[in-house]
Amino acid sequence: METKKIEIPVMSDLFARGEKPEYLFWVGCAGSFDDRYKKVTRAFAKILTHLNISYAVLGKEESCTGDPARRAGNEMLYQMQALQNIAILNGYEVKKIITICPHCFNIFKNEYTDLGGNYEVINYIQFLDKYIENGSIKLDATMLGNTRITYHDPCYLGRGNDIYAEPRSILKKLTTDFVELERNKSFSYCCGAGGAQMFKEAEPGKKEVFIERTEEVLRSDAKIVATACPFCMTMLTDGLKYKNKEDVKNFDIAELIVQVLGI
Amino acid sequence: MAKQIVFAITMLITLGVFTFTILRLISYFKFTKANFPIRNFGKRFKIMLEVAIGQKKIFRRPVIGFFHALVFWGFCVIIFGSIEMIIDGLFGIEKSLKVLGVLHNIIMASGDVFALLVAVSILVFLVRRLFMHISRFEGIEMKKISHQDANIALSMILLLMLSLMGMNASNVQLKLTAGETIYGIYPVGVMLAPILSRISVSGLKLAYEICWWSHILLIFIFANILPYSKHFHVFMSVPNTFLTHLEPLGKLTNMDDITREVKMMLDPNATFDAPAADAPISRFGVKDVEDVSWKNYFDSLTCTECGRCTSVCPANTTGKLLSPRKIFMDLRARMKEKGPGLVKVGKDFDDNKSYLRDYISEEELWACTTCNACAQECPVNINHPTLIVDMRRYLVMEENSAPSGLKTMFSNIENNGAPWQFSPEDRLLWAENLEIKVS
Repeated sequence: METKKIEIPVMSDLFARGEKPEYLFWVGCAGSFDDRYKKVTRAFAKILTHLNISYAVLGKEESCTGDPARRAGNEMLYQMQALQNIAILNGYEVKKIITICPHCFNIFKNEYTDLGGNYEVINYIQFLDKYIENGSIKLDATMLGNTRITYHDPCYLGRGNDIYAEPRSILKKLTTDFVELERNKSFSYCCGAGGAQMFKEAEPGKKEVFIERTEEVLRSDAKIVATACPFCMTMLTDGLKYKNKEDVKNFDIAELIVQVLGI
Repeated sequence: MAKQIVFAITMLITLGVFTFTILRLISYFKFTKANFPIRNFGKRFKIMLEVAIGQKKIFRRPVIGFFHALVFWGFCVIIFGSIEMIIDGLFGIEKSLKVLGVLHNIIMASGDVFALLVAVSILVFLVRRLFMHISRFEGIEMKKISHQDANIALSMILLLMLSLMGMNASNVQLKLTAGETIYGIYPVGVMLAPILSRISVSGLKLAYEICWWSHILLIFIFANILPYSKHFHVFMSVPNTFLTHLEPLGKLTNMDDITREVKMMLDPNATFDAPAADAPISRFGVKDVEDVSWKNYFDSLTCTECGRCTSVCPANTTGKLLSPRKIFMDLRARMKEKGPGLVKVGKDFDDNKSYLRDYISEEELWACTTCNACAQECPVNINHPTLIVDMRRYLVMEENSAPSGLKTMFSNIENNGAPWQFSPEDRLLWAENLEIKVS
């Protein structure tokens, strides 16, 4: 089997050549800087290449969407970020945005619209599900076989935007042993990182939220807990380390697909 | 005739007190802020049918939800019987709705059966409250008065149902003994009537009158206690579901006055309609009751303190101070405290207290993960996270107050466009040496 180098297309280069990609792949801050989550970005970029999708990233022109600032109450900073991002996106005449981070997804889809940023916003899970359903991504379910997999719903995909079916549909094609956590779908329990909690110490209490959720994951006896959000990934990976349960793995759904595709 | 006069006076008093209470609440609403416009009536009606009439979210806890649904649906049918009683009281026409024919039979039969079902459900609720330890009925915000409130309301409903059953049973037996026609069908009444078979016609008439008066007077008293108790949700919950914020739960409301400022900063040449010089400078975010929206206050009046929000809150369930239920209980309490002063003195009234800090602490606000589990769970579609973020907005933008980690995050975003301290130059490092296997 040969390998081929992937050159990630950057919007400004394409634009200079007069090309316009179909999608903008919004990587997000965690996707760009978090060492663990960078692997998810790489996995998704591989899938985009595998599918021959016409896309580009903003690269150095990308900046925080302003989500953590907004949810921490700093509306001023959020709007500064948002209006500058919208100027760049509209400058490149972006029509469709794919995001991997549910927080970026939510803010583009629901909140940038108030500031004049109107795009077709697609979460990568919906995107992957579509290409699996239409047969472009062929999953060989024997790869993971009967490995028990569970799924932790990110709040901003699930309750925030009612995306419950797609991740489950994908995971059920990856394993014959998919199990739900006790609290799932709209009843799901937060990982503890949302609302800018990721960037601060937790308030005093009896327990950390991510420990509570990790314990629930462990009770499911799953070997893999699949996530679809960078912050959920940080929290659950930390939780599994804290509990010394490193035989239970935390993978993003895109990573599992790349494993199965063997690309 | 004497009965009609007494009844009319009692009803006038009831309506008078009720109107006074409602007008006072409306006068408080005048101090709240505008919010989303009420459009999409079709969609709103559908939500109301599902969530309120269909009890969709109550059924998220199927067993106890079922008992609540019985009580709610019971109220919906029993109310027709109450209307019939009021017509009887005012004009002396017994069973006036019998002109509806078969429909009257259906209404009376379901009302009669539901009276029993509601009574049983209320007994279940009382047993749960008095003898079982249900954790969501506890919490720092649940004072003795909250529990009394619940127990009084439940007891009153129980008495309402007992008097209704007594009324139906004595009516059935009275008609049987006197050999008169029974209008309407009363399955439970027929079942209970034999107990009264030894009583004379005059005794039965007296029993009927006692039950009739107890029932109607309890309704009048109950209606006037409700607005002062958590059980105001009997009136508020159906309209509150109609007035639901229709946006996805993930969406926060845009602050348009900030947009104006930011656009000025980004483009100094931009021209905007300058606000009138005498326009009051409004505060950013929520500090006190006059900063909240009418919908926030409506939500607070609707809250039944059921605690489903708090029982699913990740912060609360891991022992943090935050309780979403407290956010709305405190808003209602603060308006009750400050409202009269606002009405009397005007919007500048200041009692040196505020909703934020004197009621809700910063520690509570910063513990929220905005996961929306509370809003998802609320059976009457109250939205807690938006109000929590509105208070954070006040803290950050008016007082520059936030936990140190968040301040660092803010300055990172300002300086390098990411919540962490990484250079924008490094944004493509993830893409280095990326290879794909091709067969």
